[in-house]
Amino acid sequence: MVGPGWRLIPGLALLAWAAAAPAAPYLPRDDAQVLERLPVRAGDPAWREVRRLRQELSRNTQDLGVALTLAERYYGLALAEGDPRYIGYAQSALKPWWDAADAPAGALLLRATLRQYLHDFDGAIADLDRALAKDSRNGAAWFQRAVIHIVQARYPDARRDCEGMRGLYADLMVLGCAATVEALSGGAEAAYAGLRRALDAAPAATPTQRLWVLTRLAEIADRLGLPAEADRHFRQALAVGIRDNYLLAVYAEFLLDQNRPAEVVALLKGHERSDVLLVRLALAEKAMGLRQAAGHEATIRARFDAARLRGDKLHLQDEARFTLQFLKRPKEALKLAQENYLTQREPGDARMLMEAALGAGDPRAAKPALDWLANARHEDVYIRRLAEQLRKTAP
Amino acid sequence: MRRWGLALLLLLLAGAAEAHKPSDSYLVLRVEGARVEGQWDIALRDLDFAIGLDANDDGEINWGELRTRHGDIAAYALPRLKIGAGRAHCPTQATGHLVDDHSDGAYAVMRFAADCGSAIESVSVEYALFFDLDPQHKGLLRLEHPGGTVTGIFSPEKAAQEFSLGEVSRLRQFFDYSAEGVWHIWIGFDHVLFLLSLLFPAVLAFRNRTWHPVERFRPAFWDVFKIVTSFTVAHSITLSLAALGVISIPSRIVESAIAASVLVAALNNVVPVVMAGRWMVAFGFGLVHGFGFASVLADLGLPQGALLVALVGFNVGVEVGQLAIVSAFLPFAFGVRGTWLYRRMVLVGGSCAIAALAFVWLLERVFDLKLIAV
Repeated sequence: MVGPGWRLIPGLALLAWAAAAPAAPYLPRDDAQVLERLPVRAGDPAWREVRRLRQELSRNTQDLGVALTLAERYYGLALAEGDPRYIGYAQSALKPWWDAADAPAGALLLRATLRQYLHDFDGAIADLDRALAKDSRNGAAWFQRAVIHIVQARYPDARRDCEGMRGLYADLMVLGCAATVEALSGGAEAAYAGLRRALDAAPAATPTQRLWVLTRLAEIADRLGLPAEADRHFRQALAVGIRDNYLLAVYAEFLLDQNRPAEVVALLKGHERSDVLLVRLALAEKAMGLRQAAGHEATIRARFDAARLRGDKLHLQDEARFTLQFLKRPKEALKLAQENYLTQREPGDARMLMEAALGAGDPRAAKPALDWLANARHEDVYIRRLAEQLRKTAP
Repeated sequence: MRRWGLALLLLLLAGAAEAHKPSDSYLVLRVEGARVEGQWDIALRDLDFAIGLDANDDGEINWGELRTRHGDIAAYALPRLKIGAGRAHCPTQATGHLVDDHSDGAYAVMRFAADCGSAIESVSVEYALFFDLDPQHKGLLRLEHPGGTVTGIFSPEKAAQEFSLGEVSRLRQFFDYSAEGVWHIWIGFDHVLFLLSLLFPAVLAFRNRTWHPVERFRPAFWDVFKIVTSFTVAHSITLSLAALGVISIPSRIVESAIAASVLVAALNNVVPVVMAGRWMVAFGFGLVHGFGFASVLADLGLPQGALLVALVGFNVGVEVGQLAIVSAFLPFAFGVRGTWLYRRMVLVGGSCAIAALAFVWLLERVFDLKLIAV
């Protein structure tokens, strides 16, 4: 019944906009009425720096050094604020090099980063291949390619990339890269123990390195079924003091799994601007029966609708999660999770597909995730439990 | 040092698949005669990034700050939107400024008018707002005209688009929906099986508790004609009523009743109860099937302003698809009506199989289960 409709889908999304027109435009009465709060205060020194760079670049758009610095600043803001507008600003700064096949290595690397953010994984890999062909001692390119290969569940490729980092990165990071891959492909316990030892043996690690390694440790411990250890690593990672949306998102997920919604509400207070975090916050509020859940539900729906209007597919896993766990519409959630799994193949994506398949009473739909599980020998208590349930319900 | 800085930022990335609200503007164009009335919602954040709205640098934009910049906003945005009709260029002029809230914050709402000189048959739109500052920005257009509503998404890769209005797009819409109708009857197994169950006995006559082939083609044809016509009339009635929102029945009830209709129609071939009056069965259950078609049509979405075109188009499609099935069935069935194969295997065996399948559907739909893949 859905099949033939697909051709009309983009039109449909826009028709939905046609039907659900937003609240009527209005004329504010008072000049002092605040309409919008800007995410970065103009007086903020970091933002002043961005402004300065922007002016400098506008005087000479071909200045690669300024362009790269500015684009990196924007990218940092996108991550810290969880705000995708900065990705477009960064792309704009790189305009002279955006479509050039033989761009300088720095531009290639940053271009790959932005493409990865936009889920153009093949484009990002192609850029990194080019950067490494120019200079095989580009540690950042090796590392970034490893990260993408991990996202795509291409573990042998990722392992090779981690190996390529050797001598170009701090040993802790090389080990962390390898441990992340091993933990996803059958060697979680050894990887966990090794990475813990390595972190203890690296007191000089920078805060960013510590944050990254601690987040990986927490994730591995959680999948190994060691919630107390995972919790401790998450707290240590938070204590590093660098704002990181990804950490907040995975910690919130962990707390929801552990049935500790009150802590999620406390953790995510003030982070409503990010969709990823707002979905988790709403789930926690719903679990606690808080009244705010309804308001957040409306916001999330509106944002998903808006994303669909512009044809975005960056948020499918979250939309599936929200549809399944908050809206309790397993069949719709399954469709979203299936579509998501076409491009995103991390454990979280597999888990989402399995949960949705189970919820929709359609265990066969989880087959791609189960196949991956069989091949990757992935250790994860949640995913194992789901696979077990799926096997039991399968006809 | 910078390389290292970037690498560190990357560290944070592992798996970060963030999804938020990127920059969009919402553009509505209403075509009336030679004029286009426009409304353009542009995020205050984007305008601030482009021309700076936060005059006192306090991180907040208030109405006073926005109000005094209305002229600048129009001067910035309107040249980045070129509207044309055929060969004519339609100059735009701002007519009013309001504010609205979207899911990601406050938007400036600019109303404007464009005069194209003569009656508009097609509209071309060139959109360039913010593309230089943010290549991820998109312009979401809704174009309303007396013949219906069309939509479009503008991006740097698709910055210029042309929309033809009036008859052409109506006709296109009609054929689009017809195609959906044909397709739906072909893949809608329950509808097809219901119809076939009623048609199987058309080439036979039930006398002395056994089946005999009819002598001539004519009575078989008229039997089929009556059944198909009453099915068509019935489902057209309910399809229209449901599509127009006059009646609404929960889909689970409708789907269950459709399954029951298939079951009854098939069993009637195994244990004949109603024979000459099968057209009445077709009519009665046709009413139910109409609700099923309506839910498909609702899934496809009904264009405002072209509701009738879509409804009639879809219905015509369903009839055409149905006619194709019947015209393949009837000559075949008439040809083999005298054989044991047809009377036992097709009529009784086939009907039993259909009944079994329909029974499973019925269970699935009543109890919301998933038992089989079809």
